[in-house]
Amino acid sequence: MSGTTDAKSSLVVNGLKIEAIERGRGRPILFLHPNIGVQLAEPFIEALAQGGRVIAPSHPGFGTSQMPKGLSSVDDVSYFYLDLMDALDLRDTLVVGVGIGGWIACEIATKSTARIDRMVLGNPFGIKVGDRETRDFIDIWSLLQHEVDALAYFDPNIAKRDYNALPEAEVLAAARNREATARIAWSPYMHNPKLRGRLHRVDVPTLILWGTADRIVLNADYPRAFAAAIPGARLETIERAGHYPHIEQPQEFARRALAFASATPAKLQTA
Amino acid sequence: MRVYQFTEQAYYPAWKDHSGSLRINLPNTKLDPKIAGDLLNRYYDEWQVADEVGLDIMLNEHHQTATCLSSTVVVGLSIMARITKQARLLVLGYPLGHRPDPLRCAEELSTIDVVSGGRLDMGFVKGVPYEFPASNQNPVGVMDRLWEAHDFILKAMSHRGEPFNWEGEHFHYRQVNIWPRPVQQPHPPLWSTTNSKNNAYALGERGYVIATLGSGYGTRPLYDAYRQGYYKTFRKAPTPDRFAYLGLVAVADNEAEARRRGDQVADYLRTSAIVHIPYRNPPGYLSVEDNAKILKGFKQPRGTAKDGRPVDIYACSVQDLIDAGILFCGTPDQVYEQIVEFCDYCGGMGNLLMMGQAGYLSHQDTVDNLTMFAKEVLPRLKAWKQPVAEVQAA
Repeated sequence: MSGTTDAKSSLVVNGLKIEAIERGRGRPILFLHPNIGVQLAEPFIEALAQGGRVIAPSHPGFGTSQMPKGLSSVDDVSYFYLDLMDALDLRDTLVVGVGIGGWIACEIATKSTARIDRMVLGNPFGIKVGDRETRDFIDIWSLLQHEVDALAYFDPNIAKRDYNALPEAEVLAAARNREATARIAWSPYMHNPKLRGRLHRVDVPTLILWGTADRIVLNADYPRAFAAAIPGARLETIERAGHYPHIEQPQEFARRALAFASATPAKLQTA
Repeated sequence: MRVYQFTEQAYYPAWKDHSGSLRINLPNTKLDPKIAGDLLNRYYDEWQVADEVGLDIMLNEHHQTATCLSSTVVVGLSIMARITKQARLLVLGYPLGHRPDPLRCAEELSTIDVVSGGRLDMGFVKGVPYEFPASNQNPVGVMDRLWEAHDFILKAMSHRGEPFNWEGEHFHYRQVNIWPRPVQQPHPPLWSTTNSKNNAYALGERGYVIATLGSGYGTRPLYDAYRQGYYKTFRKAPTPDRFAYLGLVAVADNEAEARRRGDQVADYLRTSAIVHIPYRNPPGYLSVEDNAKILKGFKQPRGTAKDGRPVDIYACSVQDLIDAGILFCGTPDQVYEQIVEFCDYCGGMGNLLMMGQAGYLSHQDTVDNLTMFAKEVLPRLKAWKQPVAEVQAA
C-alpha cells in the first residue's frame, strides 16, 4: 500500500479493492467514517495523524470501495474490518469511529479486541434504548437533505454542497454513500437490537465524545445508555458540534482522542 | 386485442385536504370507513359490468394512500374470481419485492387461479418508490429479492411430487407443497412493468408480457429493447400479445362530454404524484448514476407528445394528454383512431390496460364509458390487424 498526501490509496482486502486515506507515522489509528463518508481534505484526518499512522478506509460499498456479494449489515462490515486489521497486521490500534463508524467499531470490538488498544466513538449509532414505539434516531429518509443537515450539524452551512461544481467522482461517491447506508441500516433502523447486550464484551478503554448539537439522535438518554453498556466507558461532550463532531470541531475532537489514547492505561484486565 | 378495465380505486373524497401528501403520511382520519366500503363495492360493481360487456379486468395495490384503496390486492382478486365469469384477472402489479413471505403469495395466487377457473394473469413488480416507507422492506436490493421470490413462486406452483426445500439468500422453507396448485399449468402467465430499456430487454429474454405506464409516445424504444431480448431467446419477433400499455380512456357520444370525462380521469395523474418529497426517491431505488444526476439537479422529462414536444403529464391539458398518447379520448371513432395510431407507432401492442375510471368520474359515467367502449370500439380493435414490428439490431 502506498500513501500520498493528495490522493486516496488503494488496499486489497479479501480480494476487494478498498480506497483509503493514509497519513502520518507511528501507532495505527483506524478511522471509521460516518454515513457521509470521508473526504480527502478533512482537517480531522491531518489532526489525528499528529498522533500516529491514520488509516481511513471507505467502508465496503461506500466511496469507490468494492463490496462483497451479499453484504447487508453492519455485522458484515465488522467482519470485513477484522480481516482488514489482520491483512495490515495492525497492532494496538486506536479505533476512532463516528456515527455509523462508531457502531461498526463496537460490532468489531464485541467480536475481538485482539488488535485494538482503545476506542474513541463520536456520536455512535447502533443500540436500541427507547421503547418499541419510540425511535431513538430521526428517520433521515423521511426528510429532505437540508432538513437532515439542519438537525445533524451545529452549523448546517458546513453541509452545503454545490454538486454541479464538484468533480463527478465526488457526486457519485455521495450517491453511493447514501445507498450504502441504507443497505446496512435501513431496518432495523440505525441499530442492531442485539448490540446493547453484547457491549459488555468490549474490554478496551473507550471514550465516547458526544457532539451536543446532534438532533438526529432524539433520545436524550441515549449517550448515557451507550456509555453505561460498555464497561468503564467514559462519556464526554463536545460543544458547537452535532452528529459529526470530527467535522465541526476537528482539532478538539482529535486532541481529546489522542490525549485519551496516551493517558489511559492499556487494555482493561478481565478475569 | 384484449382490453383490461382498470381503476386505482381511489378514495377521492380526501383529495382536496391533504397538506401536500396523499400517500404514506396522510392520516387515516381523513378516511371514513363507511364511505371506503361504499366506494370499494362500487368499483367491484363496475368491474362486474366490465366482465359482462366483454372487457378483461386489471387490479393493483398501493399502501397508505388516498389514491388507491386496494392495499391488499388479493381481496379484490378473490372477489373478482367469485363474481365475474369471463374476464381475465390481471394483477399489475403484485409488489413482490415488498413481500416477506413468497410462500403465502404462491398459495394466494394459486387459490385465486383455482376459484376463477384459470383466469389469473400475474404481474410481478418492484413497486413505486413510495411503497418502501410503508412496507419497510429495504429499497436497496429490492430486485434481488423480487427475482428470488419470483423463482420460488414459479417453482412452488409447478413442482410435483415430494415437498421441496428452499434455502436461498432471502427466503427459507423446509416443506414446500402448495395446496391448491394453480389450474393454469405450469403457472399463470407472467407480466411485469418497466420504464427502463435494460429491464425491458430482460423481460423480453423471458418472454413475459411487458407493460408500460405513462410512457406515451416514448414507448417504442422500450418495446424495441424488449424485442431484442425476446429475439435472443426465441429467435423470432414477439407477437403483439407480449405488449401492454396503460392508457386513460374517456369515450362518449359527443366530443365535449368525452373531454369532460377525460378531464376527470386525468385527475389520476394530477394526484398520483402528490407525495411527501423524500418518499419519492428512497435510497437504492434508482441507480447510483441516476442519483448522481439528481444531486446535480437533473429532472426526468415526464412525457413526450407525438411531435416530440415534452409534456408534463402530471399537470397538462386534456389535449396535451391526447397528443402524448396518455389519454384516448373522444367519440368512439376518435378513440378507435387514436388507439390504432398508437399501436402502429408501437409496432404492435395487443393489450390495452384501460383506465376507464379514476377520481371523480361517477358510477353512471363509468358504466357508460365502459359500455360504449365495449360496444363501439372493442369489436373494431379486435378486427384490426396489428402490425408485428421486425426486431432491430441492438
